[in-house]
Order: sequence, then structure tokens, then C-alpha cells
Amino acid sequence: MTERTARLALEDGSILMGIGFGAEGTQVGEVVFNTSLTGYQEILTDPSYAGQMVVMTATQIGNTGINLEDDESQRIFLNGFIIRELSPVISNWRATKTLDTWLAEQGVIGISEIDTRALTRRLRDNGSQKGVLSTEAHFSNDNLVAQARAWSGLDGIDLVQAVSCDEPYHWTDATDDVWEFKSSSTPSTEKLHVVAYDFGLKRNILRRLAANGCQVTVVPAKTTAAETLALKPDGVLLSNGPGDPSALPYAVEATQQLLGKVPVFGICLGHQILGQALGGKTYRLKFGHHGGNQPVRYTPTGRVEISAHNHNFAVDPASLPAEVEITHLNLNDGCCEGLRHTSLPALSIQYHPEAAPGPHDADPLFDEFVQLMHTHKK
Amino acid sequence: MPKRTDIETILVIGAGPIVIGQAAEFDYSGTQAVRALKKEGYRVVLVNSNPATIMTDPELADATYIEPLTPDVVEMIIAQERPDAILPTVGGQTALNMALALAEQGILEKYGVELIGANINAIQLAEDRLLFQKAMIEAGLEVPKGGIARTLAEAQTVAAEINRYPILIRPSFTLGGSGGSIAYDPTDFVKKAEFGLRESPVHTVLVEESVVGWKEFELEVMRDRANNFVVICSIENIDPMGVHTGDSITVAPAMTLTDREYQRLRDMARVVMQTVGVETGGSNVQFAVNPDEGRVLIIEMNPRVSRSSALASKATGFPIAKIAALLSVGYRLDELQNDITRTTVAAFEPSIDYVVTKIPRWAFEKFPGVDPTLGPQMKSVGEVMAMGRTFKESLLKGLQSLELSRTPYPTPQYSVWDGNIESLAIPRAERIWAIWEALRAGHTPIEINVVTGIDVWFLTQMAEIVWLENEISQYPHLEDLPTQLLRKAKRIGFGDAHIGWLLATNALKVREKRHTAGLSPTFHMVDTCAAEFESYTPYLYSSYESESEFPPSDNEKVIILGGGPNRIGQGIEFDYCCVHAVMALRETGYEAVMINCNPETVSTDYDIPNRLYFEPLTLEHTLNIIEREQPLKGVIVQFGGQTPLNLVGRLTAAGVPILGTSSDAIDLAEDRERFATLLRELDIPSPAYGIATSLDEARIVASHVEYPVMVRPSYVLGGRAMAIVYSETELQGYVKTALEASSGRAMLIDHYLEDSYEVDVDAVADGERVVIGGIMQHIEEAGVHSGDSACVLPPYKISSYHLSIIREYTERLGLALGVRGLMNVQYAIKEDVVYVLEVNPRASRTTPYVSKATGVPLAKIATQVILGKKLAEIGLVEEPTVRGFFVKEAVLPFKKFWGVDALLGPEMRSTGEVMGHASHFGHAFAKAEMAAGDRLPLKGTVFMSLNDFDKSAGLKLARDLHRMGFSILATKGTAAFFERAGVPVKAINKVTEGSPHAADFIQAGEIDLVINTPLGSTAHSDGALIRTTAIRYGVPLMTTLSAAQAAVQGIRALRDKSLKSRSLQEHYRSL
Repeated sequence: MTERTARLALEDGSILMGIGFGAEGTQVGEVVFNTSLTGYQEILTDPSYAGQMVVMTATQIGNTGINLEDDESQRIFLNGFIIRELSPVISNWRATKTLDTWLAEQGVIGISEIDTRALTRRLRDNGSQKGVLSTEAHFSNDNLVAQARAWSGLDGIDLVQAVSCDEPYHWTDATDDVWEFKSSSTPSTEKLHVVAYDFGLKRNILRRLAANGCQVTVVPAKTTAAETLALKPDGVLLSNGPGDPSALPYAVEATQQLLGKVPVFGICLGHQILGQALGGKTYRLKFGHHGGNQPVRYTPTGRVEISAHNHNFAVDPASLPAEVEITHLNLNDGCCEGLRHTSLPALSIQYHPEAAPGPHDADPLFDEFVQLMHTHKK
Repeated sequence: MPKRTDIETILVIGAGPIVIGQAAEFDYSGTQAVRALKKEGYRVVLVNSNPATIMTDPELADATYIEPLTPDVVEMIIAQERPDAILPTVGGQTALNMALALAEQGILEKYGVELIGANINAIQLAEDRLLFQKAMIEAGLEVPKGGIARTLAEAQTVAAEINRYPILIRPSFTLGGSGGSIAYDPTDFVKKAEFGLRESPVHTVLVEESVVGWKEFELEVMRDRANNFVVICSIENIDPMGVHTGDSITVAPAMTLTDREYQRLRDMARVVMQTVGVETGGSNVQFAVNPDEGRVLIIEMNPRVSRSSALASKATGFPIAKIAALLSVGYRLDELQNDITRTTVAAFEPSIDYVVTKIPRWAFEKFPGVDPTLGPQMKSVGEVMAMGRTFKESLLKGLQSLELSRTPYPTPQYSVWDGNIESLAIPRAERIWAIWEALRAGHTPIEINVVTGIDVWFLTQMAEIVWLENEISQYPHLEDLPTQLLRKAKRIGFGDAHIGWLLATNALKVREKRHTAGLSPTFHMVDTCAAEFESYTPYLYSSYESESEFPPSDNEKVIILGGGPNRIGQGIEFDYCCVHAVMALRETGYEAVMINCNPETVSTDYDIPNRLYFEPLTLEHTLNIIEREQPLKGVIVQFGGQTPLNLVGRLTAAGVPILGTSSDAIDLAEDRERFATLLRELDIPSPAYGIATSLDEARIVASHVEYPVMVRPSYVLGGRAMAIVYSETELQGYVKTALEASSGRAMLIDHYLEDSYEVDVDAVADGERVVIGGIMQHIEEAGVHSGDSACVLPPYKISSYHLSIIREYTERLGLALGVRGLMNVQYAIKEDVVYVLEVNPRASRTTPYVSKATGVPLAKIATQVILGKKLAEIGLVEEPTVRGFFVKEAVLPFKKFWGVDALLGPEMRSTGEVMGHASHFGHAFAKAEMAAGDRLPLKGTVFMSLNDFDKSAGLKLARDLHRMGFSILATKGTAAFFERAGVPVKAINKVTEGSPHAADFIQAGEIDLVINTPLGSTAHSDGALIRTTAIRYGVPLMTTLSAAQAAVQGIRALRDKSLKSRSLQEHYRSL
């Protein structure tokens, strides 16, 4: 493997030198860090990262290669991958290719040998930054910094349409038996039909819905409420997805029209959409939550979930009407992580009950959604 | 759920003496628990027999009992202190077993005491292999399949159920697993099962699915009363299944799991916790994972904090034992703070942005005859932990931390590989270097993986190290090495010495080049959260990154060098001293900076020093920190045992201010010639000695100093390879091996003062005044290493005339050496002459024991002296008086090391110690024996086999024992001697005389006490079986006459009056 130099330029003017892997070229993106210790394949294929470059704080990346099962969508949507050290070999019984090869195939630039801790500390202290990754020697450092600064960034931009599906499709695959972790899965005899809005949907959401006895129709982000209702769903899922939630008026509008007619469950971006549909506002967090160890208290019982997060925005609880109850609170920063309408059948959480990657503590929320659909059906 | 208010007094049970498998980590966990509970306002009662611990410091608990950990003694303490609850989860297996015994004997119920942290059912379920496996299967988890078989047909049925080869066949009740084998197919199975059934004395074999070679993982988990569950750390073993975790090189976090696999382990660990029923606290769960298909088996779980939880705490910054203690009194995880960030809660899972490697340290050289192959029984005596940004860096730093006599990297001089790749299959202490050598020789990671089962990922990481070695050694000289490559090597973790060796130069030259090139280490925080939140606790490690964190303050600092990995001869006692030094510094207002690399210790608890550097104690790493931590008052080297002393000359040469006794004084005491001259000047006698480099010289020296002589190679420490030689013939044999072993270097030959009494003195000196902390008399004669000898404070049979000479010599030596701080002097008394054997101007192994016996914290006082105070200012001007007797007994690892002769000698082999105290010597001795695991019998049969020198003195013992109603068995010579003197005795066969012989009687349970004093090498071999048998069957064994005399006093005292126990605090109040 011949080493090729790569550079990461940030809008604050800093240049970090490293070794390139994956694809070559030059790419802009918003730099965020993720503290998960495992699960880089899932992170890379999570469409919510569209427009972003992810810094992994865990230092040994690529050890388990890439396998056929763990993709969370059909391809990589993020703009760059920044790590401390890339494994020269893969070692895992499921692995079929190296991370390097795969990123090259997917046209994504990776950079290794970066002081990821220093970079993370900078992002923590100064907030997420615009950055440029480049393997191209002809750009000067100043030029790269200028490119980073010139980029308009993600605020106010609709990134959903680029990652959403074009046509509706059906999904029936549940989590494989060998990987199923619920000891007492009792799928209802009566299948529920869920329409899932694909704002950047992760496959594991679909698998978990299927594992809980749901048949799912996935629909494109711009599907109207009328089109959705025509499918006669028992419930509607608003999926996760990338970018600024305030740039999606069509989704908020559709959700508003669905509220009260059918149970709605929002995950991540879907939570932010539901929050807006209920009258709330979203705001940008300094550097967001990206990782698999966030403690969240489920306020009705006090139970603490260790959960998988990936969000840069949050719903401002003060902006929500009185009928909305905050059900989940982040114990680190007090951020609103889930809500429920007191009379309408609607609930949402800001993080990932489907995990992938991350702990399964929040999985019971799928049961809650199923229960909600059953109740509403009666 | 806030803390419970219905309990007031909590009894914490400690882990007892340091033994293999249960070491200083339980001082760390126990100390954390005691401090946390005290802070919550509970009254804490502590019982632990180990005086060398911080947890038994009288300031820590409200009532501290240094007493034997037996149910009857603990019951006595419960009756006295009436605790409301017992916390049994921070004292290792000892404390769990105690909880079980107290429950089974109805003692908990009798006194209405509740167990907190774990309940009896959970303890039983986790402990009982069959119950555990059954529960796991019921919970839907897999365990290795298997069953018991009494016939071949039964065995074949079990094998058919397993339906997967290889299959393990283990005969029941054979010694050390002999007769065990692995069958690879059904035909092979028949042959091996038949063999196993024949080998087993009860014709029973365990047939089990073999997981040898599977990957091994461990999760450290916590759970609270509200069923909140967190994983603190995942650990992956480099050595696959088959090697005890304690003997494996382990890495955190796990390196070769995808998220799916990791989450599966996490889910399973949660089910295990719920199934076993651990409601609050920390546990660990071990998994075996098939590398070919990912299948997971549950191997075991411990419902308590453990060695690995101490490691996980140090690896992540999450204080498992402290949090476990708080959960046990009712708190929930989300009600507790994360100490490191101070802004987030304890209900989270640490994320780490570095890699941690733990490497065990063994002591096989001390136990010739022990099989050095690593297997299911733990054999290591200590460990190091190292942190680096990458695995390579942490592995290389870990190897540098080990402080072995070999280099941390392979060199031809220290080659451990025979060139045969197959030999790598055998797990042993040096395998990591053997693999490294094989990689250098061109073997590929895949080839080595096939032989060893070690994951290709780890092997490739090592191969990368070799590639870089090759890249570096292409350059002829250090000057030619490009800065970029030097930077790369440092970033990967190469030590300066390693780079120097590759370029045929030395570490200091590399250091100079680094400085010129501006290549300095960076320091990073262990912050539990991978930098997501700002943290405020200066727990640091070094790397070579782009920026450093947590710059030093402007305050004046003092650096304390710790003791490094535990080993025989240097253990927890020195960590105790370091912690006291830290406390004294903090009280005096200096900033205390600690450097150490031993994860088992209290000194590496980030709560103890102002700043903690978890770094190797090498010159390179120490100087890096010294350069950073300015302004610096100086470095304290006298508390960490031999480790810092090995650095002191080079630190002084580098211009580092050493606080306390000067490096020249240390050299004066250590250099044989200089020391002899000093003794002559001071007119202090010492045994005649000489130096020899050949057999001829040795003969001349030995006859000059007179036989018997004590011979040792000059370069060794801690009595390594020392021997007592009685004749020229013996000398020949020994000198040959000694010279071979020392590659021709000099041997020291001293006259051996046979039958003398040995005395240890601990003292503190300030340059003007020497104050004795305690005078201890050894119970075994000189010739038994002081670390292995029982001793008593105050001396119980030394005349005041000799004591006054000892006091005077100690003062003369302390002043002449210019000691500032602690010193230890060893004396021998023979025929009215007091001889000085050696002086160590540093903390000694007995410092904590003396401090606890007298209530005078010697290490703290010494620290104040080191900082410039005079003893008069501190108020310590005279030797403290000791009321009652404090007996220290050594604890030896012979039970773990079958086949090693249990005879005590000049080479130290004990791993730990216990203390017994009472107002009478006999009681104190009996308690110490009880605490060490030997209960002195009050009646029954004594077997005596004495050498000719001891027979007349032994007669008095036999008479005393007879009068107390004991029956006496003896070998023929001894029996004849006793009979002539009119003591009734029954003669039995020596082992060489055939069955039924002495060992048979021991095995049959017909002997309650063995007194066996051999002399000369021929008697040794005959007695060896008797001694090993006694140890195997747990019969108290005395191998010296003085120990036997002490035992008889103990028996008499126990018969006259039952034992009492008193807390240290109560004892001091009575002074």
C-alpha cells in the first residue's frame, strides 16, 4: 500500500495532514465527531450523515472490514471519513472487503493518521465546522481553507430529497433470527400496516418494525398526507434523515394533516418534523450528539436508556404547546429527546431505538408504537 | 431512589493477603468503597487480615480489624460492632466466600445483618458451575456443552449430544488436570475417553465441548436497583480461550467485533445479570466467541468487583468499586455524578479514544520445577497497564512498563524463540517476544494465527512494528534517520532505547536527537467520554500527537515514583508508602504528582494524587514528565521499592533534584565494597564476605569466610538464585550454575550465620536524628529470606543488651549515611554478637506493618522529613512503645504451584502477608497462622521429623505437645531420640522407606500438624513429598524449629484462652 498524503482544511484556518484512503479528490462537508466504539459500517451508511464528514473518536478503524449485512442504506451518503488509524487487514468472520476498497468503490474520501482527539476537542469547543478533505496536491492550503469557508453549509438546506427513495416499496424482512435480541417477541397475529416516510431511512428501523409484526410501505419524503392515507395505514413512521429540519415545510405540512387521523411515530429527524407539526421550533446544537453512550431518562418511569444518537438539531421544549409532554430527557445536557401528545396518537424520539450502531435499550419504543396502533385501531 | 437511611453501620470485608489471582486490586476497590460509604455518612467497620493495605489504615474506616478472615472471627466482630449490613462484593472471592459461610452458618440471621451489593442466591448461582450453566440455558444463553460420564458408553452419549469436535475429556479428581486430553474425532474420542476413565481415581470424566482457541471477551457491567444497566468497558484477550484471563495479554476496548456482535454480547451480559440476580453493583461476564462463525458461549460471571473491574476502572476513568458501593446503599446510576467530567452522570457508558493493554508479569524463575505453560490456572503475580492512542503504542509502552531483566523488544541476547513456528502454539510468559522474533524471521501473521489462534489483527499490528524496525535499521546511523521516520516510530510507541538499539546507539542519544528535532510527547486525559465533554480530573497518559492537554499549574510540585508491577519482593507495601507520601504532600500544600503503571494499585486512583500519570517507570517516560511538571521541587524515590532506586543514578545524572536520602548515600548502602568500608569505619561487625568470579576464587573465598556460606550472583535482587552452601562439594555444583546464569559475572560469598536470630529495624532519620519505628524479630532463623519469615513486634526473645546495641548501630548508620526519610536495617545475632546484614535507605516491606502496630504513620512522617522538616518539629523523637504483640506471617503460593518444595530459604517466594495481634505472643502467632490459612490444632496428632541439630531442642517441643495431649508420630531417628528421653512416640516410615509412610498418613487425614526441619540437600528431597502433601491437604506445616516453638506457644495460648479481637482504633485508644 503506497501512502498518499491527504489534507483536511477547516474553516477556522487549520490544516491537518494525514494519509488518504478510499476515493481521491476534494470534497466539502460539515465536520462532526462520533464517539461510538463500534459500528463504522452502519455510521457510514446512515443517510442522516449526508453533507457531513464524520470523525471517529475511536482510534482503530477498519479492523472488522465491511460485510454484506450491516449496511443501513443502499450506499454511503456522508462526505468524508476522518480517523486516527486504518487497519491494514480485516479480521472478522463476516467481512468481505476492506474499508479502503469500499470507500474507493463508493467514491468517498477517507483520511487517517489524524490527531482525532485534538480535532474533536476543537469541534467540542468551537462547534461543528465546515471542512474540506482533499487528496489533490495542486490545491494550496489557503485555497482549501477558502473552499471550506466559501461553502454555504447545511443550515436551511433540504438534504432529504437527495437521500429519499424515488418510488414507494414494501418491506417485510425482520431482524434475522441469529441477531434477534428480544427474548419474548410476540408478533401480533394481526399484521399492522405502517407507512414509513423515507427522509433518509435506516434499514434497521424497517427490520425492527417487521420484527414487531408490521408490514411496511416505504414512501418518498414528498408523499402527501392524502397519498399516505390512501394506503390505509395503521400508523405512520417519520424516519430519521439528514440536515436542517426547518428546511422541510412539505414534511411538516403532511405530518400536520396526518395528526389525529393515524398514529404517528417520529424518529430523529422525524421527531423534529413532528415537533414542528405540533407547533414547536428546532434549534442547532453546538456540536450535536453522535455516539452510542448517551444517557436518556424516560420521564414516565425514570428508567435510563443508554442510547444511540445522531443529531445536530433539537426541538426546543419551550416552543411546544401544553398538550405535548416531554417523555425523554438527555441526562448530559438536558436536551429534549422525546415527546408525546397527550390526546392525539403521536410520539417521537430524537435518537435511535433501532440502534445500528448502538445499544438496544430503546427498542421497547417500537412496542409502544405498535400498542398505540392497536389502541387506535380499536 | 436516594440512599438508604435504615442502615447505619456497614461491615466491609477485605480480600486478605495477596495471593496469585487475588492481589492489590482489592485494596483499590475496598479503599474506594470504604471512602465512598464514609462520605455518605455511614459508620464503616472493616475487616481484613492484610496489614500492607491502604484500606486498613486507621483513618479510613471507623473501626478497622486486622484479624483473620474466618467465620468465627468475623462473627466475633459482628457481635461487637452490630453492623446493619455487610458489603461482600469488594473483597474478591474471599469476601464472597465469607458471606456464603456467614449465611450458611446462620450468623447473618442471628445478628440480623443484611447483605448488600449481592444476595446469597446470586453468589451461589454464579459460584456453582452446574447451577450457573442450567440458569444460563434456561435464560436462552449458550454455555459449553458437556456432561459427566462414568462409562465409555455414557461418554459417547455426551459426545453425541455435543456433536462437534474437538471435545475435551477431563478425568475427575486427578492432580493438576493430569490425564486431560482433547479428542479430534470419534475414534480418537474412544481411545482418550477410555484413558481418562482409567486415570480418574473415581472413574469419572467430564466430557465438554472444547473452546480452546476461541476468542475471549469480557464485559465489565453495572446495574442499579432500578434495573438501569451500563457496560463500563469491553476487554478482548489477545491470548485465545485456554489461557486464564489473568495470564492473558488483554486489550480494551475490544478490537475485532462489529457493532452487531458487540451489542449481542451487551444484551447477553444484561440477561446474565438479571438471571444471576445481581441487583446492584459491578460484575464481569466472560464470553467465548467462535472466530469462524461468531457463535457465543457464556463462560462465567463474577457478581462482584474483580481484577478486571479494577483494570476497567483505570482504563476508562470510571470508578467501578466506588459506584458499586454507592449503588449498594440504594442510589441509582443517574443519581451519581461522573467524577471526571463533573457535569455528567454516572449512568453512561465510557467511550475511550485510546487503547489500553494489560500485560501480566510472572515469577517462574522463583519456582524452578513449576510448569511455565500458561493454562486455565492463573500463575502471574502482577501486571502492568499501558495507554496509547493505538494498540501498537499501548503494547510497546506496556512491554516497557514490565521492568524485566530482558529488553522490552527482542534482541539476540534475550532470544526466547527456538526458530520453530510450532513452538509458538504453547502459551507461555515469553510468547509475545517469541512471536515478535518469528515475525522478524519472516513468518506471516496468518501463519502465526494458524498455530496460536491469536487474531490476525493483533498479529498484523505486531508485524507493522517489525516493518518499522526494518525501515529504521536500514539507516546506518542515528544521524541519518529522517525526522519523519523518527516521528513515526515515536508515534507508534517505540521507546528511545528500542530505536537506539536498532541503530547501534543508546537511548540518551535518541533523546537528544528528538529534542533537536522538537519531538516531544504530548499528554492526554483519560476523560471517560472521548473528549465529548470537558473534564477536570488530571489523569494523564503520553503519546505523540499534535497538542497536549491540562498544562501544569504554577504551584510547586513533587513527583512520586511508584513501584510498577507487583512481583515477588515488591508488592502492595510500596504502594501503601507511595499513597502515604501523596497524602502527606497534599497536607503540606505541595502538588503531588504520581507516576505508576500498575492498574491494581490505590496510588493510580485518580482521586488520590493531584495529578496522575499512568506511564511506564522508565528513564525516558519519567524524564518526559519531569520536564513538563515545572516548577518542580523534586522527585521522591524512596517509597516505590527497587523500581525508582534503579532510576535514581540516571535521574541525578540528568540533573533532576532527588528529595530525601541522596543518590550517593543509596549507592553507599548498595555498593558492597563501599558499604564494607563504612562498617569498618563505624566499627560495626558484619559477616565475613568476599567476591569471586571463578570456581577457584570461590573456593578460596569460601574457605576464607568459612562454611556455611551464602552465595549469590552479584547482579540479582530480592534473593534471586541465592543459596546456602555447606561444603566445597556443594559449592562446586552451585558455582557452576551460578556462573553460567550470570554469564561469568561476579558472585558474592558471605559467611552464613547459621542458627542466628534475625532482626529487622525500620527507622526514620532527618540528618540529625534517627528514630526507630519498630524492631521486629524474625521467627525463622537467618537464612530464610526476611520477606518469607514470620516476624514479631516487639521482639519476644532478645535481650535488652542486644536491643540497645541494635538501637545504637541503627542510629550510627542512619547518621553516617545521611538518611533523610526511611531506612531499614537487617541484623543477625549469633553468640552475643550483633551483625549488620544490610541497610536499605528506603521504605521497606515492613513499613505498613510497623505503622499499623504502633499507630505511627512512618511513611507520612518520612515524607515530611523529606520535604525539610525535622523530626523534633513533627514530634517524633523516640521509638514508639508497642503494647501487645503483632505477628506478621508470610503467605506463600505453594498451593498454586504443585511440586515446588515448600521449604523456606534465602530466595523470597511469598506473595503476601497477614498480621495477627493480641496481648500475648502465642495468641498473636496463632491468629497470624489462622489468617495465613493454617489453623493450629488444639488436639490430635503431630508428625515430627527433625534434623540432628534440632533434635535436642525438639525434644522440649515433643514433651510440651505430649503434655497437652497430642499424640506424636516421628520418623525412626527422631522417634528413637524421643523414646530414649521418655516421650511416648510412634515411629513411622520415611517416604524412602515405603508405604505406609508419613505422606500417606497426612493424606489419610491422620496428622494435624507437621514439624519438619531438614538440613543439607539430601534431606531436602526426602522431606519434599511430606511438605507438598501437607500443603495439598491443608495441614499446618512448620519447617523451622523456631516456628514450631512459636506454634506450640500459640497452641498453648489457644487452649488456655479463646481469641479476642479488637479494632486498631480501640487498641490505640488504650495506649
